[in-house]
Amino acid sequence: MLDAAIIGVGQTSYEAEKKGYNFAEMVYEATDQALNDAGLTMDDIDNVVSVSNDFFDGRTISCMAVMDASGASHNDGKNVSTVEGDGTFGAFYGLMRILAGVYKTTLVVVHSKGSESNPSLIYNSMFDYIYTKSTGLDHISSSALQARRYMNRYGLGEEDFARVAVKNLGNAQKNSRAHRKGSYTVSDVMGSTMLADPIKELDAAPASDGAAAIVLGHKVVAEKLGKKPVWVKGAAHCCDAYNLGDRDLSDVNALADAAQRAYAMAGIEDPFNEIDVVELYEQFSFQELLYLEAMGFCRRGEAASLLQEGVTALSGALPVNPSGGCLGAHPVLVAGMARLIEAVLQVRGEAGSYQVPGAKNALAHGVNGPCGQSHCVLVVGE
Amino acid sequence: MAQRVGVIGFGQTYHKSRREDVNGVELINEAVQAALEDSGLGIDDVDAIIIGNMDHFESVNYVDTWSVDGTGGFMKPVMKLTTGGTTGSTIGIGGYFTAASGLFDVVAVVGWEKNSESDTTGAIITCSDPVFDRFSFAGALPGLAVEASVYMKKYGVTEKDAARVAVRDRRHAMNNPYAQLRKEITEEEVLESPMLSYPVKLLDICPRTDGAACVIFAGERKAKKLSPNPAWVWASSIRHSYSYFEDIEYDTMPTLEAACRELFSNVGIKEPLKELDVVELYQPYTFAGLKWIESMGICKPGEAPQLVWDGVTDMGGELPFNPSGGVLATNCIGATGLLRIGEAALQLQGRAGDRQVEGAEVALATGFGGAFWTDMMLLGKNPW
Repeated sequence: MLDAAIIGVGQTSYEAEKKGYNFAEMVYEATDQALNDAGLTMDDIDNVVSVSNDFFDGRTISCMAVMDASGASHNDGKNVSTVEGDGTFGAFYGLMRILAGVYKTTLVVVHSKGSESNPSLIYNSMFDYIYTKSTGLDHISSSALQARRYMNRYGLGEEDFARVAVKNLGNAQKNSRAHRKGSYTVSDVMGSTMLADPIKELDAAPASDGAAAIVLGHKVVAEKLGKKPVWVKGAAHCCDAYNLGDRDLSDVNALADAAQRAYAMAGIEDPFNEIDVVELYEQFSFQELLYLEAMGFCRRGEAASLLQEGVTALSGALPVNPSGGCLGAHPVLVAGMARLIEAVLQVRGEAGSYQVPGAKNALAHGVNGPCGQSHCVLVVGE
Repeated sequence: MAQRVGVIGFGQTYHKSRREDVNGVELINEAVQAALEDSGLGIDDVDAIIIGNMDHFESVNYVDTWSVDGTGGFMKPVMKLTTGGTTGSTIGIGGYFTAASGLFDVVAVVGWEKNSESDTTGAIITCSDPVFDRFSFAGALPGLAVEASVYMKKYGVTEKDAARVAVRDRRHAMNNPYAQLRKEITEEEVLESPMLSYPVKLLDICPRTDGAACVIFAGERKAKKLSPNPAWVWASSIRHSYSYFEDIEYDTMPTLEAACRELFSNVGIKEPLKELDVVELYQPYTFAGLKWIESMGICKPGEAPQLVWDGVTDMGGELPFNPSGGVLATNCIGATGLLRIGEAALQLQGRAGDRQVEGAEVALATGFGGAFWTDMMLLGKNPW
């Protein structure tokens, strides 16, 4: 276990278009909620980490828009920095600042407005500008290659992936913050618009608007300040090879490495039995299965059976994405932080109608780069 | 467990206005290889990597994942931090925290920019708020021109006073084989150079550079084994307190003053002119070399021109500024702040060659960017 806990959380609702909000207004709402949740004010916070991406914001130095709203300019100013990547990486950097013994209370806040961006063009910009960008690859077409490789290797079918969407969009119905939700059937998913074979519209996370924030506290203050602390028991991240052709896309070695290191830190030997709930970053339905395997919850190629047996359902032995996951709401960057916040709510017993009874340990996961190149895993618990 | 942190290696590219012989990843790799060689390490010795640049200069999204062939980040933790001009100092401070956390021992921090592939001003303009700021504060120059004008009026400072700062740093750059602009200039040449935005002229302001830097930080557990004389990080402070250029109080430098208050009080520095031995100031233009040293408490408000004319900040003076030639000689933006930290470490290790300040024991490195934001890192020859 690490000497740091999450003592406050806040999320805006996630919507297709938050017309009434600019970046700063979303960040203010999430920050305010996290502080209220912790019972703290900005005076109690000694440093801030903001998370944003210049491409998605269409603005260079995208963090500049939120220095006031995040509290970084409060009073004499806070020691602030900015992570560009998924919110889980922001949480990880916040953790570094606490564990370094320099700060006691870190606010981490993430924002993104999918409605003001062109995801296909923006994701295309992560590919090599000499060799691959000009092929038009984006997040959907590159992930389709990954899905097909995964299918071919383990004899999986498109229906296996559709069942993930049915589960998660169904779970999302219980989450008032989710953006896309509903009682869909496998044939609804199979019949939705083809985006890039085999990925169809309901297999893909929507582009959402929203913001989320957490307050991290050092052990010396976590038990005195804020809500009942949810401890960070393990945390690790890892980055795989860049070129898609340099990886077997169905291996996801970086996730396996990050998960194993996070488990070791948390003293977890048997993740399936020791972790009670998983909130993972499935930008596409098939990734939930692929990533569960890489994290060691079952053998390679077997996650589809787990799903079909109901093991990963809300009522199953290992509920996965009870909040609806990224298929239910996907503000880029924020989505990983939302996973962490949902994990915290589960451990607190505050997840309402999608609470997993008696959840003690929860896993949260976030992703950066093409086809899950870089992964961050956090294990939180009582 | 938290641990103290030292700099054990530093590598940089030979900086130029245009590096057509390498792409971005190759440029990054040059700096990483140089830093590994400098520290006697192999990439397997590195536990984590932090990288930073400004996205819109090269138009590469997710630079952390794109650059692994250059950084050596394959199957390692790689994180990207970016905060505009302060990026280089921000990642340096990030490397310090990452090693200090005790979860990692050796952290390679990589800053880079290939400005020749960018429309630098076109990209910087979009940092300003599109509704309130962009029509008046478009790009890096306007805020600086306002600040310089206010400073000149308030204290009767002249353009020639500022020119003296450029003459100093360009002279210092002659001692640095890595610097981009290695040609001495005179006050007259600065005054006669083209006016960009009154009172800021071409030779008052930094160039744009292709270049990369890599600084290797190590936690105390390993630092002493890996290096005979690490340069120890004493403390850092950061203030990014503005979202709008129009909110800035241009007659002072509030973020620098606040960052100095925190930094100096944390380590007990009361008289920075006497207690610091060398400063690598992120000085984007000449007037900053006057006004900002007043904000840092090096001298009283309005007295910086005399101090600079007296040679106090020259090599051989009481407190040399920018022995490397500083930002006026080299400005690969995402690396600029990190170069300040790397150069400060070289000074403390006594490895700065022709640009060595004799007997340097306490060195300050700063960063500037965004809407007049400040980063600072203080390093010492001995652990604090």
